[in-house]
Amino acid sequence: MLFTSYEFILFLVIIFLLYYVIPKKYQWMLLLLASYVFYSYAGIKYLLYILVTTISTYLISRQIGELFLSQKQYLKENKEYLSREERKLYKAGIKGKQRKLLILCLVFNFGILGVLKYSDFTINNINSLLDLLRVGKNISPLGFVAPLGISFYTFQSMGYIIDVYRGKYPYEKNIFKFGLFVSFFPQLIQGPISRFDDLKDSLFAKHSFDTRAISFGFYRILWGYFKKLVVADRLLPAVITIVGNPDEYQGVYVLVGMFFYAVDLYADFTGGIDITIGAAEVFGITLKENFERPYFSKSITEYWRRWHITMGTWFKDYIFFPISVSKSMLNLSKKCRKRFGDAIGKRVPVYLATIMVWLTTGIWHGAAWNFVVWGLLNCLVILVSQECIPLYNKFHARFNVGHTFWYRLFQVVRTFWLMSFIRILDCYRDVGTTFRMYGTIFTKWNWNELFGGSLLRLGLSIEDYIVLLVSCLLILYVSLASRSGSFREKLAAKPLIVRYLSYFLLILSILIFGAYGVGYDSSQFIYSQF
Amino acid sequence: MDEILEILEGLHPEVDFETCTTLIDDKIIDSFDIVTLISDISEEFDITIPVEDIIPENFNSAKSIHALVKRILEDE
Repeated sequence: MLFTSYEFILFLVIIFLLYYVIPKKYQWMLLLLASYVFYSYAGIKYLLYILVTTISTYLISRQIGELFLSQKQYLKENKEYLSREERKLYKAGIKGKQRKLLILCLVFNFGILGVLKYSDFTINNINSLLDLLRVGKNISPLGFVAPLGISFYTFQSMGYIIDVYRGKYPYEKNIFKFGLFVSFFPQLIQGPISRFDDLKDSLFAKHSFDTRAISFGFYRILWGYFKKLVVADRLLPAVITIVGNPDEYQGVYVLVGMFFYAVDLYADFTGGIDITIGAAEVFGITLKENFERPYFSKSITEYWRRWHITMGTWFKDYIFFPISVSKSMLNLSKKCRKRFGDAIGKRVPVYLATIMVWLTTGIWHGAAWNFVVWGLLNCLVILVSQECIPLYNKFHARFNVGHTFWYRLFQVVRTFWLMSFIRILDCYRDVGTTFRMYGTIFTKWNWNELFGGSLLRLGLSIEDYIVLLVSCLLILYVSLASRSGSFREKLAAKPLIVRYLSYFLLILSILIFGAYGVGYDSSQFIYSQF
Repeated sequence: MDEILEILEGLHPEVDFETCTTLIDDKIIDSFDIVTLISDISEEFDITIPVEDIIPENFNSAKSIHALVKRILEDE
């Protein structure tokens, strides 16, 4: 069920009405039922996968949690009889059991994700190798179809069990409540990747009808539809035309493709998250923000702190730190310090962990070499930027430009283009084509190609360009205005007439300018495929 | 405490670590700094900082880092 389908809007309205009519103690149960209905809409068999992840994670987290409780009980009862050493030994024994359970859960669930999402990618690579070696035999692809949102709900569930293992919070005793945390329908398809301790209070609470919060939620949903239907889906044909015809669209058009895709992806993904967060808000549930005006970032590191925030923090908490501060990594760092000096030794944990993070981030985005290279390029830029910090500091101190408006604008524009340059790897059919297109920027550059009506042959009319320009300016205005606080709060403080007029105009613009209607196939959200 | 201040000053000489209590919240030290910091602290005090202790509250100030180190030393 696409967020942009009529079915979803009807579904949301029905659940919303029921939610505030039924007794409050049943509200979360209704959401669980709605989430499973929503998920089985794509095919009842997919429900099985999410149930397997839910049940396996619940059962194992329960065992880990119970071990914590029995440890606490045992230590309390034997406080007077145990020496410090015996206590440590007992704790280490329990931790060992918990670690085995955790590994079992991680291997099982990431195994499902791996087989469903990456088996054909692996088989295709083995086949390429076999062809290269002229073995003359090939393995048939398995053709598995990964359920929608599997990466998101698997990451969310695995984050939960790691937190329980770390003792961050006790396990959830009610399997149905845990089931809702895994499957809460607004965030099921494209995140944000929530943490149990952030979400549980508002997810399971009894919610009264709060007119202000609900109207805020609906306004956020409308804003999301505006970005998705008026901007993203309108611009998409031009992106497809450029990246789908690399022999025809080269040089300056590669840059046009990068720019269009940057706008398209932003409107698509942030629009989807607006609908998600808004839908949760109408049920009184607060989800974490996933974006913080990312295109205003002044460096790539800052960009990744502000784009897809919940994914970035997931990788930081569950991959970057566990690798970089592990005993083996610190020992390696120590050895390298002795052998190669402090400067290199200190960098070893950071470098290796960063490479691992970006390799997995790339693979998480898709089973293709494009994404692997995309991840490694991000990693390369981040590490090079890190090394350049002393140089930048010297430059800023020497020329005293660091805080000037024009220099900051330069940094923002530079970061935007650098990210757009790397991001276009998502789009071309393979890595070779992408790099060939990068090359044409330098070898086949011709400004004049942009004039003479060729931009109108990308699948967009002059009216489309006008709608896109005005819409992007509006999004830019809202982004700028949001720097000093919530735009919705500011709007709510305006006179009634201004508020209602803005709602009315937003709805009207979605209805008139939205790229939808009979015969129009609204495209899937880009991130729902990850 | 002095050892911790020395390590922190080695990372960012421009910051007043004796008074600052928002090292993480204000993004004064980042993930890379934390790894270097943990590596240095582990070496200096011969302790292991568990990954579950890498939370903003434990790294927001020199005082909170000192409290963390003290707790781990007592536990060990």
